[in-house]
Amino acid sequence: MDETQQSGRPIDRSVPSSLHQLFQEVILDHYRRPRNKSPIENATHSITLNNPLCGDVIEVVLAVENDRIANLGFGGKGCSISMASASMMTHQLMGKTLSEAAELASRFTEMLHGDQGAAEDETLGDLRALAGVSKFPVRIKCALLCWNCLDELIEPESA
Amino acid sequence: MQTARSRSVSAEVALDIERVRADFPILGRTVHGQPLVYLDNAASSQKPVAVIEAVRDYYETHHANVHRGAHALSVEATEAYETARGVVAAHIGAGSPSELVFVRGATEGLNLVASAWGGANLGPGDQVVLTKMEHHSNLVPWQLLAERTGAELRFIDVTPEGELDLDDYRRLLNGRTKLVGVTNVSNGLGTINPVKEIVRLAHEAGALCLIDGAQAVPHLTVDVQDTGCDFFAFSGHKMCGPTGIGALWSRAEILNEMPPYQGGGEMISEVRLEGSTWADIPQKFEAGTPNVAGAVGLAAAIEYLQGLGMEAIEAWENEVLLYAQSRLDEVRGLHVYGPRTGRTGVFSFTYGDIHPHDLATILDQHGIAIRAGHHCNQPLMDHLGVDATARASFYLYNTPAEVDALIEGLQIAASIFGLET
Repeated sequence: MDETQQSGRPIDRSVPSSLHQLFQEVILDHYRRPRNKSPIENATHSITLNNPLCGDVIEVVLAVENDRIANLGFGGKGCSISMASASMMTHQLMGKTLSEAAELASRFTEMLHGDQGAAEDETLGDLRALAGVSKFPVRIKCALLCWNCLDELIEPESA
Repeated sequence: MQTARSRSVSAEVALDIERVRADFPILGRTVHGQPLVYLDNAASSQKPVAVIEAVRDYYETHHANVHRGAHALSVEATEAYETARGVVAAHIGAGSPSELVFVRGATEGLNLVASAWGGANLGPGDQVVLTKMEHHSNLVPWQLLAERTGAELRFIDVTPEGELDLDDYRRLLNGRTKLVGVTNVSNGLGTINPVKEIVRLAHEAGALCLIDGAQAVPHLTVDVQDTGCDFFAFSGHKMCGPTGIGALWSRAEILNEMPPYQGGGEMISEVRLEGSTWADIPQKFEAGTPNVAGAVGLAAAIEYLQGLGMEAIEAWENEVLLYAQSRLDEVRGLHVYGPRTGRTGVFSFTYGDIHPHDLATILDQHGIAIRAGHHCNQPLMDHLGVDATARASFYLYNTPAEVDALIEGLQIAASIFGLET
């Protein structure tokens, strides 16, 4: 097989910065060492959502006391973006009131849709590392799966 | 049906790969600034100029509704449609064009069998034997039917190597088995199943046998009569044809006995308010205005493939397959599912702890199209103990250089994820 005669040129090996941004070290760290990926005691709320197109599944469990998230955890399986998002979300929501959690969720969603102000909002903490997902529209649903779980759980409470 | 892969092919029938690639306009485009490396052929193939032109020519010069016209265009459209039926029927070795029903794709063909044949012939206690490697399209229609009729579904086991366990198959067959449904080639693993033997055993047990040929017809020489099967369904879009067209083949005596699938125009003989009678086969199963342009395009795709020669295509694909296998073998931490031999160029794999979706995103940024997920094969993935795989699937226009591009893309993914290489 003489490769010089075949089409399919060698690819450009440089890695686009958008990819480096998408798979930052902090994201890979949360993917490989997820925080709060365990069952919790005294759970008051739980829900499991999946993405039937890609097979990702996330369960989010909350222990709510006096409108405050006293503890939370998650489970499931999925890509680095969905798992890191869930890990960071649980880390960031620990101890927050339900209305603070709802506010964080809407800031996070704004960031994923490209809002620069949200991407610099310090209340999002590590979650800001996921700002690069906005450049990959098909991956936004990965980052939002755990937040959709949260919405389903707290919406009736905060409404 | 599955022909032995020949390792070499004489020079006069060998594929001229540069010319083949030039026949597919889309292969000339770039994706994210990189030359397209299209390795998602098990999902859908690209289209040669011959197919695009045939569809265009049909619409530009011949189109009207079929089978009802008293004018020239309708006659021409009908002729184009029925000529296409003859080409498609002959390509899979059908005895007569009337045994070939045009459908939207393999999925509709399989639903037609489950709904029309299954609805009329299955009841409580009857058994349908499927396999654990069926595409959802040859599983879910039977689940719906089982709910409706009380029939029971049983599943042939898959070995760790990704092949059907024929001993398990023999154990599952009994006097209550009414139908065996099996994929000719696995869309998740590339396994070529021994369908002739499977049909023989089904018939010995007194059951009919249905073959899902969606992943076979694009790559292999198929002869439904030689195989001896009773139903055979496949899609046009995976074999260079348009989307929205496919075919279901069955023997005339079976089709004649079956009730219609859908009601409407085209499929009737006489309609009275009190009731109706049906057209002869195959029109009995083609309610409504059919996808005439699709049929014309599918026939053009078949003629294109035949012009190159199915044997030459198989030989080239096998050469690329062996090269891909050898290169993938070299990648540390990469695991390919499915058998080493007796397979097509469908490579489902996992790579280190990189999730298949992440891999697909990284490759996409380098112009390389693969699929990630469960490939409409969720039970098989569960059986293999994986949540998802990456899948690179090859076709006649892919090259060893594109295998190299895939390997380079994997190396880039490894560097981003910090995998040791």
